[in-house]
Amino acid sequence: MQILEGEKVTKYFGGLAAVSNVDFYVGQGEVVGLIGPNGAGKTTLFNLISASLVPKPGVIKFKGKNITGKKPHKICRMGIARTFQTVKIFTNMPVLQNVLAGSFFGTSPGMSSADAAREASESLEFVGLSDMAALPARDLTLANQKRLEVARAMATRPELLLLDELMAGLNATEITEGMELVKKIRDKGITIVMIEHVMKAIMNVCDRIIVLHHGEKIAEGTPQEIATSKKVIEVYLGE
Amino acid sequence: MNITRFTSKGFLIPGLISLVILIALVTLPFYGSLYNVIMVTSILMYIILTVSWVLFSGPTGYMSLATAAFFGIGIYASAIFLPNTGAILPLLVVVVIGGLVSSLVALGVGALTLRLRGIYFAIFTFGLVVLILELGNWWEHTVTHTRGRFVMLVDNDVIFYIMLAIFVLLMLTTYLIRRSKFGLAMRSIGENEEAAAHIGVNVTMVKVITFAISAFFMGAAGVIWATKLTYVDPYVAFNPLFSFMPVLMAIFGGMGQIYGPVIGAVIFAYLQEKLQTEFPYYYMLIFGFVLVAAILYLPDGLIGLIQKLWRLIRRWRKGGAAKQDANT
Repeated sequence: MQILEGEKVTKYFGGLAAVSNVDFYVGQGEVVGLIGPNGAGKTTLFNLISASLVPKPGVIKFKGKNITGKKPHKICRMGIARTFQTVKIFTNMPVLQNVLAGSFFGTSPGMSSADAAREASESLEFVGLSDMAALPARDLTLANQKRLEVARAMATRPELLLLDELMAGLNATEITEGMELVKKIRDKGITIVMIEHVMKAIMNVCDRIIVLHHGEKIAEGTPQEIATSKKVIEVYLGE
Repeated sequence: MNITRFTSKGFLIPGLISLVILIALVTLPFYGSLYNVIMVTSILMYIILTVSWVLFSGPTGYMSLATAAFFGIGIYASAIFLPNTGAILPLLVVVVIGGLVSSLVALGVGALTLRLRGIYFAIFTFGLVVLILELGNWWEHTVTHTRGRFVMLVDNDVIFYIMLAIFVLLMLTTYLIRRSKFGLAMRSIGENEEAAAHIGVNVTMVKVITFAISAFFMGAAGVIWATKLTYVDPYVAFNPLFSFMPVLMAIFGGMGQIYGPVIGAVIFAYLQEKLQTEFPYYYMLIFGFVLVAAILYLPDGLIGLIQKLWRLIRRWRKGGAAKQDANT
């Protein structure tokens, strides 16, 4: 079954087509990588899926239902969670409260305080931040702030998780740990779409890769197919 | 770890202090002079405006300058339903009406403007004050052919008790909201609105509803304040000063804790009262100096200063005890 489908998804910023006529699908349980040079429209596509932006024209379907034009909080409660390219945690709140906000508001139907608190602790445990629950979120390292964002997203009990450059700015050890985390999330049965520039990570964890360039989808396939695709190499390295 | 519930220890002492203050206030007309009752009434009015301003603007970070508009709507409701020729409706009913009308206006304005952020929202809300002021002027001139209106006289003790009741209700509301899921939603909006929306917070609804709740208390306070003014015209009712005072008082007191704005408003209002009577010509100047000093040297407000002092004292006492141990 296709958990996410996009038909002719397009978004103009003024005269610039940030995303243009992109058809895509994501299968249940898949890990899909979204790559492309800077400005290719990857994050815009994420914003369209998570309803920060509305495609015009175009249709986005989640579990067969048309979700185009719904509000972000509704999308989240339906089961799509996301993280951000530039970390957007609640810096002045304790770590646990960041996650608690996710389990309180992001689940549908809502949870009791006790359930939300339990869910939040479990999410923190899952990403390995339990020891830091009481710290203000601003005191975490970048890698841990990214983990916190994942925990907050996981606390909303998503079926589909959008990860926007989880590995950017991390060192080699942290990237390995990040890849482990992505695999752990997949093993929970959560479908993942990830934007990534770290090729090692993309090649290792993705089942399928979609390549965007100037807002258009130029290639799609398994990591091997993409790595050997002439078109993709041209886009990245020039002719 | 349980963060959503308070521990009995952390609750007992503030609870007791609140109770003592409340009893002192309730019995004030029996032992205080008339002057004191009137002064405390106006201090309470400033506390209500400040705390209800902080209720919305504190956690969400949206700086509203519409306080004077909501306060003024209450004042005008009072002038319309409680004219000096005889009350059309009972006083308490008018207090509720004033609050509700302000809330309704806040709902409408909020739904339209809360997508604006930062300075744009501040300017728009201030524009609202001017707009309603001018509308009121136009109405008085062309429709009713009056300049202003007289409001009926109400006993000072009654004014005091109604103001006190609004204050208590407001403190309870603020306390409950801060403790609730709703308070967490507001703080997350203030921290990062986009992230809040993407983890399922209905940001528009949370903002509009809180804006309306805070407007209710401003409007209700306006109704009872008008009976103290006795004469009302649009310039009196929609005085822009009432938009800025709550902001200054909140900054002065410090917004992090629930009692910060209260202490800020108490000291500020008292200072204003005293300076105005003692130095009628220089009071604005002195006031200005106090403000500038507060903003320069008290970034976290008075509460921040008190907390800093408290930490110092504790460290000093700990240090003293350690020295004693070493000596024996």
